[in-house]
Formats: sequence, structure tokens, C-alpha cells
Amino acid sequence: MTDNRFFNRSELIGILVLAVFLVVVLPLTLDVFRLNLVAKYLTYAFVALGLVVCWGYGGILSLGQGVFFGLGGYCMAMFLKLEASSVENTKIQSTPGIPDFMDWNQITSLPLFWKPFHSLTFTIAAIILVPGIFALIIGTAMFKRRVGGTYFAIITQAVAAILTILIVGQQGYTGGINGMTDLRTLKGWDIRPDHAKVVLYFFEVGCLFVCIMIAQFVRHSKLGRILVAMREKEDRVRFSGYSVANFKIFAFCIAAVFAAIGGAMFALNVGFMSPSFVGIVPSIEMVIYTAVGGRLSILGAIYGTLLVNFAKTSLSETFPELWLFGLGGLFIAVVLAFPNGLAGIWGDYVQPRIDRLISSRKPKPEGWTDSSVADGAPAE
Amino acid sequence: MFGDYSLGDLGSIFVMQGFAGLILFSVYVLMALGLAIIFGQMGVINMAHGEFMILGAYVTWMTSNFFQTYLPSLFSGYFFLAMILAFVASGALGMLVEWVLIRHLYKRPLDTLLATWGLSLMLQQAYRSVFGAREVGVELPQWMLGSLHVSDSIEVPINGVFVMCLTVLITVGVAYVMYKSRWGRQVRAVVQNRIMAGAVGINTEKVDRYTYGLGCGIAGVAGSAFTMIGSTGPTSGQLYIVDTFLVVVFGGAASLLGTIASAFSISQTQSTLEFFMSGSMAKVLTLLAVVGILMLRPQGLFALKVRK
Repeated sequence: MTDNRFFNRSELIGILVLAVFLVVVLPLTLDVFRLNLVAKYLTYAFVALGLVVCWGYGGILSLGQGVFFGLGGYCMAMFLKLEASSVENTKIQSTPGIPDFMDWNQITSLPLFWKPFHSLTFTIAAIILVPGIFALIIGTAMFKRRVGGTYFAIITQAVAAILTILIVGQQGYTGGINGMTDLRTLKGWDIRPDHAKVVLYFFEVGCLFVCIMIAQFVRHSKLGRILVAMREKEDRVRFSGYSVANFKIFAFCIAAVFAAIGGAMFALNVGFMSPSFVGIVPSIEMVIYTAVGGRLSILGAIYGTLLVNFAKTSLSETFPELWLFGLGGLFIAVVLAFPNGLAGIWGDYVQPRIDRLISSRKPKPEGWTDSSVADGAPAE
Repeated sequence: MFGDYSLGDLGSIFVMQGFAGLILFSVYVLMALGLAIIFGQMGVINMAHGEFMILGAYVTWMTSNFFQTYLPSLFSGYFFLAMILAFVASGALGMLVEWVLIRHLYKRPLDTLLATWGLSLMLQQAYRSVFGAREVGVELPQWMLGSLHVSDSIEVPINGVFVMCLTVLITVGVAYVMYKSRWGRQVRAVVQNRIMAGAVGINTEKVDRYTYGLGCGIAGVAGSAFTMIGSTGPTSGQLYIVDTFLVVVFGGAASLLGTIASAFSISQTQSTLEFFMSGSMAKVLTLLAVVGILMLRPQGLFALKVRK
């Protein structure tokens, strides 16, 4: 049963290499500050991974992933903020026991929708369920009516705009444009010192690998192949008796939940959450991570995210003017010249040479190869 | 909440809010016209549309500075020349972009979105490097300042009226070009059936290029008009792009009438709601309503039936 395996041999090697890179090489070579930066980048990798499933396989380009990243992040941040605003910590406020920004905005009691976030169990459930249900509603409304492609992209973008305006406008409930800052402890465990950052990094990498496994499973299951078929020829899949809308909704929800987990990790690792990660600009930037890594490649998305963010940090540190030119050029270059991104370059130029080296010694393994799924740019 | 106002006051408030809505309407229509041509007719998502508009605004600003320094006697009329220059500059840049970038991507509409987004980032940075990060404002000629007294409590700013008249003129012009001229017929023919249009001898590539150029040129004029009512910065265009896309989609992508109707309803809803609640909530509610209606009626208000 080669069809139902989660990986073929080269994918397994790829995942192991990534694991060694993230778990062994980076923690040993980087100081805690840089490692925390990597942790921040990897939170975007969750989003990029979701986009591989939704955009690469399903052909659904969502420009509103920041919405889900933000929802997850805000859920986590609300829990942490409540813990940081205990009565002892906030006794100088006119109403002790509520978050500081509420006090500044003359709110005298904790709003009702904040109350459940005292519980960690509820928070974890909310991180998964709130974005998941939100994506389910949007997806059902759009895909059941056969809205897709560019219209879907524009509407998700509008949703991102709406949520940003809402968060910024309702300062008393959300912290406004500054977001939720000064997050301190998780169940009494301080998340700010260096050793906590290292622990959180490893926790995040663990979660990332769980998500990678889910994405691998989706890709190699029948579901994944229907998604790809749908992207290539939607009507034919529909006429074969599949409910195209349900598959699209599923892919969109998976992407949303991945993004939300990334957002929650962001709140934990970076220690704040603000609307600047929710809007249109960050949402589209998250798409470019996937595009650079290769929209069809699960591992490519992660390398793409790391690469673009490293480039961003180092370029904007040294030549702040050049960064936007670089990013803009990257968008254009990826679209025009490398529609399959880094993974495409790897598969076209590097992999064949390695294969030739290996096959001179032993025959090629059978089963799934990369090209059977990844051949060619998705047709629109 | 109405207790403190007399009936006459309420009337004037609604007229004034309605007028504010009309100015917003003009901005939406001017931006959406170009976008409706590019997105509605060609199916290209032009995320750099706001930047083409800002180019027009900067051209207007430069022209006004030029007139102020070298031809102060003709300053009152600089705007008309500036508008033409803005159209030419944005249109030319648009045609260049079509030739370099867009024409390779007609079969991949989602990729045009990413590529034009990249373009918009580069243009923004270019504006920032050339014109500086601060917002610039043009000096209005004397005759455009002040306001018309309609009644004791109703005052209408002249620059707003001017922008509205301009909007009407440009809309009529575009409608004429699209629906009456030979070239407009060619554009619509290409939209409805590209292969047949090519078969009867229309140079579809050329039509595409000029259509894109025209859309960008109109964006330039929109930017030019925009300087009359607001200041221009490198990222001003980005603020309007999503609203404008919603206007176009809400109206039904290929319909000029729909674009105008949706721009009118969205702008009036927003400015009326702004009276009752904070600006941000008014915007949230308006956009939510638009998204909600689009979920129920994805084809927009006025849909054109095209055989795909």
C-alpha cells in the first residue's frame, strides 16, 4: 500500500533534516536573542504551512490569514494579559484586577467575553475553535455559492480590513493600536527570562512538527488528491460526485487553525499581540513566504518563511530603504520566474543531480515521487 | 439622541452628512472607474491601483509647485494641465507595467494580484525615496477656497463641488469611450470572447495594453482630484484599495452603472452612520454589510451575463 504512506523516502529525509536543523543546529549556534527571533519567524511558518494546504493544494488564495493569526494570538494574549493583571499587580489602577488598557479607557469591570479567558483550558480550546468556526462560516457562505478565485481573495482581504479597524477602534476592549503588551506569566511560570524562551522555542518546534505531520497526512490521503484534482479541473471533480464546496471549506479551516496556532505561539514567544499582525499588509506578506518556499511544498514553506524573514531583518537593519524594493521584487520574481519557489528550484536543478549520484550506486525507490504531485504550476 | 436638535437642524445635519458622503462617493467612483475597467474588463487584480492614483497626485503637486515658482500669473488654472499630465504619466506607467509584467500573467489572475502587490511596494518605496515620507498638500487656487452658502446652516465647500463635477464629467467620458466609441466596442468584444475578437481582426494584445493604460490613467486623474480634498503621502493609496475593490465587486465587476450605484450606496451608508457612531464603527458596519450582501449575492448588484 504505497498510496497510504505518509511519506516517501525523500520526504522522510527532508523532514529529518529540518528536524535536525531546528532542534540541534539552530539552538547550538545561535544566542538566545537570535533563537527567539527564529521562534518569531517560525510562528509565521504555521501560517505558510496552512497556505500550502489551502492555496497550493486547494487553489484557494486567502489574503486574510492575518485574521486567523490574529484571532489565535489575541485569544492567547487575553489569557496571559488577565494573568498579568491580577489584583496585586494592578493595585494602582482605579479598578484593580482588569487589564491596564481597560482602566485607561474608563472601563470599570471586566467585559463578559473576557471572563472565560481566566481558564487555560478554555483558552486552548478557543485558539483552535474560534478561528476554525469563523473560517467555517466564511467558507460555507462563499464556497457553497461557488465563489472562488479572485473574489474570494478580495473578500478575505476585506475581512482582514474589518477586523483591524474593529480592533483599533474598540480600544477599551482590545488594547487598540498598541495591542496587548506586557504579558508576563503562563500559569505562574515567567515567560520572559532566557531559559523560558528556549523552552518555548522547543515547544513551538514540537507543535510545528505536529502540524507538518497533519499536512503530510492531508497531502497523501485521498483527500489531498481530490484537493489537487479540484484545483486543476473543478467541474470534473464536481461531476464525479464529490462535494467540491466541502473539500474547500475543509482546506480553508485547516489553514485557519494552523494560522491561529501560529498566532498563539507568537503571543507566547514574542510577549505581545497587536493589530499590525492582523491587517492586509501582513496577510499578503504571509502569502509571499509560501510563494518563495514553493506553494506546493510543505517543507519549502518553512524554509521560505525563515529565509524571507532573515533577509528582512538583515536588510532592514543595514539598508532600510532597500527592503521594500527587495520584497516587491521578490513578489514579482517569484510569480514571473519561479512559480514553484525554492522547492521548484530544488526539484528541478538540485534533486536530479543528487538522484544521479545515488542511482549510480543503487536503484531508485519506488512509490510516490515529488513530481507526481508537484508537477507544474497550478492552472487557474 | 435627537432631542437636542430642532427639525431644521436635523435637516441641515443630514444634508451636510449627505454632502460629505458625496465627496467620499466621488473619490470612490474615480478610483473604482479605473479599477472596474482593469478588473471588470480584463480580470486583472491591480493591487497597485492606489499607487497609480498617488502618482497622479504627486504629478499634480509638482505641477502646482512649478506654476507657483515660474508662472504665478497662471496659477489659478494649473489644475487642468496637472490633470492631463497625471493622466499621461499614470497611463504611460500603466502601459509599461502591462508590457513588462501583466501580459505574462493573464491566465493566472491570482498571480497578477501578488505581482501587482509587489509592484505597489516598490512604487511606495520609490515615492518615499523621491518625495520623502511626509505627506504633501497642494496649494489650492483662490477660486477653489471658501464655500457656498446654501442656507443659514448649510455650507458647501467649493473644492468638494468641483471634485464632484469633475467626477461626473470623467464618468460620462468613460461611459462614452466604453459604450459609444469604436475602441470601446473592441474592448468589450475582447472581454466577451477573446478568441472570436481576435479572429475578426481585433489586435487583442494592443487592446489589452491600452485598456490597462486607460484604467491606470483614470487612476492618475483620480489622484489629481484627490489632492483637492486631502494630502498625499507614499502610502495614501493603500488606504483606499480594499474599499475600492469592494465597490467594484459589490457593483458587479463588469458593469459601470453597478460601480456607480455601489459607490453611492457604500459612501452614503458610511457617512450617514458616521453621524450616529464613531468613524471606525461606521466603517466596520458598512464593510460588514457589503461583505454580508456579497455572501448572499456573489455576482454583485448588476451582473453581466458572459458566456465563459
